[in-house]
Amino acid sequence: MSSEEKYVAAAYLVVFGVVLLYFVIMALKVSRLEREVGELADLARKQRHG
Amino acid sequence: MSTSLRNNRVPLLAGLAAALLCAAIALTFFYAPVDEDGLNQKIFYFHVPIALTAYACFGWGAWKGLLHLWKGKPGADLESYVAIHLGVIFGAMTLITGSIWAKVSWGHWWLWSEKQLVLFLVLFLFYSAYFMLRFSVEPGPQRANLSSVYAIFGVVLIPVSFLAIRLANQYIHPIAFNRNGPQMAGSQFFTFCVCLAAMLALFAALYNFELAGKRLDARLRELRELLT
Repeated sequence: MSSEEKYVAAAYLVVFGVVLLYFVIMALKVSRLEREVGELADLARKQRHG
Repeated sequence: MSTSLRNNRVPLLAGLAAALLCAAIALTFFYAPVDEDGLNQKIFYFHVPIALTAYACFGWGAWKGLLHLWKGKPGADLESYVAIHLGVIFGAMTLITGSIWAKVSWGHWWLWSEKQLVLFLVLFLFYSAYFMLRFSVEPGPQRANLSSVYAIFGVVLIPVSFLAIRLANQYIHPIAFNRNGPQMAGSQFFTFCVCLAAMLALFAALYNFELAGKRLDARLRELRELLT
């Protein structure tokens, strides 16, 4: 692989790396929201029965 | 617009962005010819559309800020925030890919004498400071108003940054478009347009995705307050 090819590959990898990182952060956020929904559902159930 | 309609838009936009990104990569590496600049020129097909998308993000954020201040549109402040957040991400990608291109073409990662680069950096830092302002104020109408005013002020830097290359005396940074139109072959221009459409579709998908998450977060907070 020539030096020019390495730089082009690096530029494209940076773009996909940043987008991937964004998706990882968003996925973590979605799992937190999912956990919160579960907690709120438990809380609502307890209030209904208590 | 109903919540279900908004939610349906995310997978559609994500699918469109994925298809356009695949097409953009295929066209860049298998269709667009390698010109006299060499293989390094392939960075242009992603670098320039990313930079234009960053301008679009900041412009959209300012427009939403204006709607918040002018018409008091509910949710406009949150939309402005999400657009600027994505603008900073696209801005960071512009600076990184541009630096890689510069290293190959100019032999330097950065040139302080280049007005286009420095003005884009100023624009990027200006909008990066938006988050410091936003999170230093308690949530509420004051934070929304201050953030909107800041977003609108920054928009002035967009045309300055965009036109800097034409105002500069030394043309080190390449000019792909001038008054006579695109300075490239038809196949290169077509590839560029597909890449630009891909980046704008990616922005639209991420914008709607992040916005849906933020709205869900706010609703859950409300629900928690009601239940506790």
